[in-house]
Amino acid sequence: MREAKPWGMLAEFENTQTFYKGCEKIRDAGFSRWDAYSPFPVHGLDKAMGLKRSNLPWIVLICGLIGASVGFAMQTWVATTAYPVIISGKPFFSWQAFVPITFELGVLFGAFGAVFGMFGINKLPTYYHPVFTSDRFARVTDDRFFIAVEAQDPSYDERKTKKLLESAGATHIEQLED
Amino acid sequence: MAQRLEMDPVSGRAPLVLGATSFDELTKAVAAPMERTDWRKWWVAFGVSVSLLGLLLVSVSWLVWEGIGIWGLNNPVGWGWAIVNFVFWVGIGHAGTLISAILFLFRQSWRTSINRSAEAMTIFAVMCALIFPGIHVGRIWMAYYLFPIPNQMSMWPNFRSPLLWDVFAVSTYFTVSLLFWFVGLIPDLATMRDRATTKARKIGYGIFSLGWRGSHRHWQHYEIAYLILAGLATPLVLSVHTIVSFDFAVSQLPGWHTTIFPPYFVAGAIFSGFGMVLTLLIPARVIFDLEHIITVKHLENMAKIILLTGSLVGYSYAMEFFIAWYSGNPNESFAFVNRMFGPYAWAYWIMVSCNVITPQLIWFRRVRQSPLILFILSIFVNIGMWFERFVITVTSLANDFLPSSWGYFRPTIWDLTTFLGSFGLFFTMFCLFVRFLPLVALAEVKSVQPEADPHYDPEAGGVARGDLEGATLAAPEVTHA
Repeated sequence: MREAKPWGMLAEFENTQTFYKGCEKIRDAGFSRWDAYSPFPVHGLDKAMGLKRSNLPWIVLICGLIGASVGFAMQTWVATTAYPVIISGKPFFSWQAFVPITFELGVLFGAFGAVFGMFGINKLPTYYHPVFTSDRFARVTDDRFFIAVEAQDPSYDERKTKKLLESAGATHIEQLED
Repeated sequence: MAQRLEMDPVSGRAPLVLGATSFDELTKAVAAPMERTDWRKWWVAFGVSVSLLGLLLVSVSWLVWEGIGIWGLNNPVGWGWAIVNFVFWVGIGHAGTLISAILFLFRQSWRTSINRSAEAMTIFAVMCALIFPGIHVGRIWMAYYLFPIPNQMSMWPNFRSPLLWDVFAVSTYFTVSLLFWFVGLIPDLATMRDRATTKARKIGYGIFSLGWRGSHRHWQHYEIAYLILAGLATPLVLSVHTIVSFDFAVSQLPGWHTTIFPPYFVAGAIFSGFGMVLTLLIPARVIFDLEHIITVKHLENMAKIILLTGSLVGYSYAMEFFIAWYSGNPNESFAFVNRMFGPYAWAYWIMVSCNVITPQLIWFRRVRQSPLILFILSIFVNIGMWFERFVITVTSLANDFLPSSWGYFRPTIWDLTTFLGSFGLFFTMFCLFVRFLPLVALAEVKSVQPEADPHYDPEAGGVARGDLEGATLAAPEVTHA
């Protein structure tokens, strides 16, 4: 069996308001290896945590453009080279007729990019995480809010960090092991 | 938690969820239908649905064995109930994405109570729709011809055909709707995982919730993904029924070959979809004790959309007639007069009564606020929209240019069993959905509660928004920090 070593500190908050202020305090104290957990996305928490904008839109744009290009190229190749058949006297390269499928494939690949890109950035599925070792953490999907600060963080100090979280309004603090 | 006010203190509008409901109470209310121990009524509903599904399997098996001659198709009417049912189901499948994507982009937070079940309905309706083009090809083992798959004959599909556009549109729509639905489900599956008491549930919900832990570093990308999916699904949902209408409009038959078809079909699709959402949710909210989450206000809002789209459909019927006359084309004029007074006049008038006349009752507040009347109205909408597709498909085919080639379409028993059977598939899937998945998008409903606002201040009865710019205050007595 692997030896358990301290992973960090998990602070519980009872409502969105204290949780939000707690995040601002941790951000202002200069922590980098920490995270906030909530049952629903709390509006404006990106700012309170000091997070950068998501890169996901670029992934989606690239995937969508690939999808549309593949769609258009496939139709052009099939209609002009692989299987040219005269239909209603139309030219082989009747690009107007290729628009619907080009659009659909652009949307399809873009949606794949959005979903699987999000999974990739978030590293989902991840079935194990140290926060799951806490018994109280099950309420994060119900009505409780948590801030976890990792012991690896250079600003981490067991006593001071605990005090900071308490002053922010944490109702329960526990040490977690990994 | 403070007693809920008459008004939502954050938005300054009527509250979306009634009663003093905390986050925990919301979780319990949404999880309750899945955690019941008495499943007797469910088994009755499931039994009926599965029997109908069995009917579908028998009908399709007989079809594959014997061929499409078992249907009532004849020489002028080569497109019968298969296409009618396909368009009917695909149309119903439009409400879910409209609610989850378009209303999301318009910031209509009331959508959160109904979007999950509407999206589920969309997916099941599109599954029902996909059966019909699959089986109507006759030689079902050749259905792979629909897709551009390299083959030893070096043959490829014709990309200039609207029927092929349809294959791509509907399959893309199904895939994107499923992804959108699953992404929305992840946080709620995690809730079910954390509440699970049995090992099977822990493993099942555990696998599908992907180890979701509510991290805000995840929520950040999750919300962007959701927004982008909504942005992609909005033009997609409009394109799907547009392309379905091209199946008709790109051909040259009188009554089909009109430019009004795409917007007219989209309006009809939304109309029929909301009809089906009401049909499903009005009983569901009572059976599962969700009347404080799916409130009369939600039903009223959906009824208003039905009124709007029903009126658009009525306008389209009138405009088709006007253009048929104004074009001066005798075949076109005949097609429309024939619809009204010809051999299928009975179907036409059922369509007009159900789609144009009865929805006008929604102008009355008392009708909008009565779940029972809305339920009856929604059944009329379902019937009317099926007949719309029947009228469009069959009247134009039965009486086209040459009177010598006219005919009359009569369905056979197998047409009927296949259609009834598709309801079996739909309700079987819906029964499984209400048993195993949360009927309401829990995380989203929580996020639109006033307590979810990080600046909500219960003592001040509103929001202390000193640090947020451009916000209008719900309560005048709130002091700026």
